[in-house]
Amino acid sequence: MNDVVAEWTERIREAADQRTPLRIRGGGSKDFYGGALRGETFETSAYRGIVDYDSTELVLSARSGTPLTEIEDALAGKSQMLAFEPPHFGPATLGGCIAAGLSGPRRAAAGSVRDFVLGVRILDGRGADLAFGGRVIKNVAGYDVSRLMTGALGTLGVILDISLKVLPAPAAERTLRLEMSKDDAIRALNQWAAQPLPISATCHAGNSLTLRLSGTDAGITAAAARIGGQRIDDGAGFWNRLREQQHDFFQGDDPLWRLAVKSTAPALPLPGQQLIEWNGALRWIKTATDAALVRDVARKAGGHATLFRAHESAVTAFHPLPDALLQLHRRLKQTFDPAGILNPGRLYAEL
Amino acid sequence: MESNDPPMPAAERMALAAELLAFLPHESVLYDEEDLRPYECDGLSAYRQLPAIVVLPRSEDEVARILKLCRARNVPVVARGAGTGLSGGALPHRAGVLLSLARFMRILEIDPIARVARVQPGVRNLAISEAAAPYGLYYAPDPSSQIACTIGGNVAENSGGVHCLKYGLTVHNISRVRLCTIDGEILQLGCDALDSAGYDLLALVTGSEGLLGVITEVSVKLLPEPETAKCVLAAFSSILDASNAVAAVIAAGIVPAGLEMMDKSATAAVEPFVNAGYPLDAAAILLCESDGIAAEVEDEIARIAQVLRASGATEIRVSRDADERLRFWSGRKAAFPAVGRISPDYYCMDGTIPRKHLATVLGGIAELEKKYRLRCANVFHAGDGNLHPLILYDANVPGELERCEAFGAEILELCIKVGGTITGEHGVGVEKINQMCSQFPSNVLAAFHGIKHAFDAAALLNPGKAVPTLARCAEFGRMHVHRGAEKFPDLPRF
Repeated sequence: MNDVVAEWTERIREAADQRTPLRIRGGGSKDFYGGALRGETFETSAYRGIVDYDSTELVLSARSGTPLTEIEDALAGKSQMLAFEPPHFGPATLGGCIAAGLSGPRRAAAGSVRDFVLGVRILDGRGADLAFGGRVIKNVAGYDVSRLMTGALGTLGVILDISLKVLPAPAAERTLRLEMSKDDAIRALNQWAAQPLPISATCHAGNSLTLRLSGTDAGITAAAARIGGQRIDDGAGFWNRLREQQHDFFQGDDPLWRLAVKSTAPALPLPGQQLIEWNGALRWIKTATDAALVRDVARKAGGHATLFRAHESAVTAFHPLPDALLQLHRRLKQTFDPAGILNPGRLYAEL
Repeated sequence: MESNDPPMPAAERMALAAELLAFLPHESVLYDEEDLRPYECDGLSAYRQLPAIVVLPRSEDEVARILKLCRARNVPVVARGAGTGLSGGALPHRAGVLLSLARFMRILEIDPIARVARVQPGVRNLAISEAAAPYGLYYAPDPSSQIACTIGGNVAENSGGVHCLKYGLTVHNISRVRLCTIDGEILQLGCDALDSAGYDLLALVTGSEGLLGVITEVSVKLLPEPETAKCVLAAFSSILDASNAVAAVIAAGIVPAGLEMMDKSATAAVEPFVNAGYPLDAAAILLCESDGIAAEVEDEIARIAQVLRASGATEIRVSRDADERLRFWSGRKAAFPAVGRISPDYYCMDGTIPRKHLATVLGGIAELEKKYRLRCANVFHAGDGNLHPLILYDANVPGELERCEAFGAEILELCIKVGGTITGEHGVGVEKINQMCSQFPSNVLAAFHGIKHAFDAAALLNPGKAVPTLARCAEFGRMHVHRGAEKFPDLPRF
């Protein structure tokens, strides 16, 4: 694999000299996400494979081009998992998963992608080979650049290797369904989250609230008795379809917005259907309404709005940053990618 | 140890004080030596330095004006919470301003439904959990200094505690900070949601040891108090058995709320002090805690006991009630003061290693005890691989401090050699600045300097800490070659 790294290094150096934009691509499963794709395609799939996985250390290291399914299969073989339950949206790679920084249904209970990233090795925009963090769970030597790379959409470096904390898969899971309105669901979810209950995923759509309990048999039986509702079959299938946006809600042509808000914010005053996850902290809305209105509603609800999927749009994908923060982003971009060749415009037009 | 920086000339010092007094009340600006003395060191008292001036602002606006002024006058600034840090991160700068956040003591808001507390940086870690307790909530990270340490300092150091494996570090338990830059600008990093737009600057700033900005407000996540908790105490006749037992617990799919190891020297030191009832003939003991809903804890404790027995535990006790559980923990929590009782001084290290190398590293430490003729007791956050060797010495015996520091430095080199890190939770500060040169190659250090430059172009915030200059590493490297050790061990970190 060293020859792949050498080849990439050379290519990045050349691109930096020529100021040729590079469009970094793993499996292409998240091409729809973020700003417009620009530049020569830079494929990462050749750099693949699990480098090290010792289940008793709860740490897995793999190359960026490794298919996410390969990693999930290896973990499942040891009854472990990526606790942030990342969406695939197609033939996803680990590198793309880290660069996109998206987490799935278990996020509110277990943590996000960045919470599990322990170390990354990157090639920066000059072709410098830089390893940050490491393979240990606690590490405060140096700035936490591994987490900075997570969700940066490849604008700060081409990810080579990643080390992640992994967790045991729960011994048992059960999915329950209750009928209730949006606002009742938001209230109930926040109240339950303030109690020691093993709720690991939640979804409100239409008029029904679906929740998943994870833990031991005894634990989820006790919790199910307190929560009530109907037990549903094929819970695993339901959560998988939700994560992959194959749930009925996600069908149709309206632009799809992702609003991360304070979990207690009431149902949002926007036209269009809403689906609620993460105990109320994540709201999906299908609406063709004005972007400025969506962003204003998200801001007032303590968060931000992303135009997640849209067929054609002149609207920027990510919530605009206050000027002082944007300037800081530009200085960081300048540090890692002075020629501005790595995924330019994918996160913000100015980066 | 005193710094080599030139002091601030007296005239300049008086002029700066006068400018500060133009917008700060008299009691907020200290410059007489007797008033400066309490600030000369933090928890790492081997390093002492008086600052030129101490300021104690009361508001974010005052912090911003102080930083702007220091920026204009090119004066270094060191921020300080309670000063409990163990790596000299709050050691004052001889020609600089020491900015104490001690007066930022208010809990601004507790939202029990959204499970968030918004607090000022000078609020003590434990005070947050105390304020949240009436709602059945608490703040999870619990560094052993939690009675005294402040949340602002916790963010600056990314502090951990004994429950990290299950509940995470500071970075996992905060949602938002307000940060004042050296230019006097206020940035809000993070938000009230579970993620925010743009780069993850909240994570970048957490653990940055005061080099990127001054934290003026923190929103922390609150968790529901577990319904119940139980602890298993297990004794082992060898470190290797105890270490394998830890791996076996994890392999069984259990993530304990706490998983701690103490070696024989550590239990011998604490037992007379706390009467925890530790088996003193054991080479090592493990404390393994389960928390959650009652039915689940019963299950898990039974499985833990079974795994530990199968791993060769010579004795197993399960706490019968809350009192006994606290007694099991009392020795671990009192380990540092207990060691302080049997030795005039001690030096606490903080390396983290992949757990599978534990026996090797502890064996190496035993060899170093002979080499440096100093004793070392080991307490260990076994679940997450974070070692706290406590080297016993007497600062009044000429040469012992130097021997102790050399001993500590070799332990850190050993941690790097097995693929670990020089600091798991105490930070680099001034203490481990030379070992940073061993852990990171120069291009990574250069990237760190690039990040620093993006926040603080004049390098005025906490200079000389956390990230060494390349010149310093070159000097340290020569020293190392001279001693026959490796300079940059060519280790793959992945």
